[in-house]
Amino acid sequence: MTARLFPHPLLSLVLVVVWLGLVNKVTPGNVLLGAILGVAVPILTSPYWPNRPRISSPLRAVEYALVVLWDIIVANVQVALIILFKPNARIHSHWITVPLELTSAEAITVLAGTITMTPGTVSVTFSADIHSILVHCLHTDDPDTVRANIKGRYEGRLKEIFE
Amino acid sequence: MASLSDILISFFLVVAGVFGLVGSFGLVKLKDTMQRIHAPTKATTLGVGGVLIASMLYFTLVKGSFSFHELLISLFLFITAPITANFIAKTHLTKHVPEEDLPESEQTYGWAVYNDPPE
Amino acid sequence: MIETALVFAMGCFGLGLLFCLWRMLRGPGLADRILALDTMVINVISLLVLYGIKEGTAVYYEAAMLVAMVGFVSTVAYCRFVLRGDIIE
Repeated sequence: MTARLFPHPLLSLVLVVVWLGLVNKVTPGNVLLGAILGVAVPILTSPYWPNRPRISSPLRAVEYALVVLWDIIVANVQVALIILFKPNARIHSHWITVPLELTSAEAITVLAGTITMTPGTVSVTFSADIHSILVHCLHTDDPDTVRANIKGRYEGRLKEIFE
Repeated sequence: MASLSDILISFFLVVAGVFGLVGSFGLVKLKDTMQRIHAPTKATTLGVGGVLIASMLYFTLVKGSFSFHELLISLFLFITAPITANFIAKTHLTKHVPEEDLPESEQTYGWAVYNDPPE
Repeated sequence: MIETALVFAMGCFGLGLLFCLWRMLRGPGLADRILALDTMVINVISLLVLYGIKEGTAVYYEAAMLVAMVGFVSTVAYCRFVLRGDIIE
């Protein structure tokens, strides 16, 4: 019964928060309207998202978000310095293949997004069977460190969160 | 005498402006398309983020009306920036990069841009 | 003080828009032009929010939000059109 009413409890919560953000005022009426939307939208869209991803440890998810946020700031400064002060001839770009251990689609999506947002790397495509991911690195002299960093810093944490 | 909130807001505005400019400057300066994709996805995120934080602080501290509206725009941009970067990179690969230029996928199947997924 | 910082930030993003325009006109590839358009959209969002601070009204957030959404959808639509030759299959 609860599963039919709330196919994605987290999505419902996010919808309420987004609605309150859109009207930019927290009043009982807005909370009620947001709650109605939060119940109705997941039920209406549940056929498009049939499986229910589980987040096994919410605390680790918060930790992951903070780590990524910090890395985004560091990444911004690094990329800005490379753009401003490195002559083009001395920027060594690399293609890097990262083998994946994650299996759930949600976890891989989050990983790909994280790679794009963090230090000098952009995720480009997967192998056709989704067992490895192709990453383009703006500047590195040591591709193996970048690969180890992605696997250790992000993939390990995501594995704990989603699996 | 400028108050603390003034200094804080001005700081965020200046940082945002610099990062936004660097992101767009990277588009002009870098030599290769794949390198150019890095510039806007990174530098501009902090640029817009800084502007939105400054605006949030301004309306909360100076105008006195609490506002968290701006978080939605930054959240939206944080979610969509990787997706657009990924799409643009894929467009570039299909149009201009032959499969031989990429490293091996080290799997049974090649990269999804060139090979169909297994059924 | 805020006024000066505002003018500085607006100048930066305006100059950024010009850089994007140059890249969009120069090319050389399709991906470069789409990327330049996407960056232009991000710069326009910042300019709108900055103008909102300057005028002291919250009206411009709605505009910024809509520009962000339209910009994302249009970038994806462009890329899909180039990738698949069709936007909705």
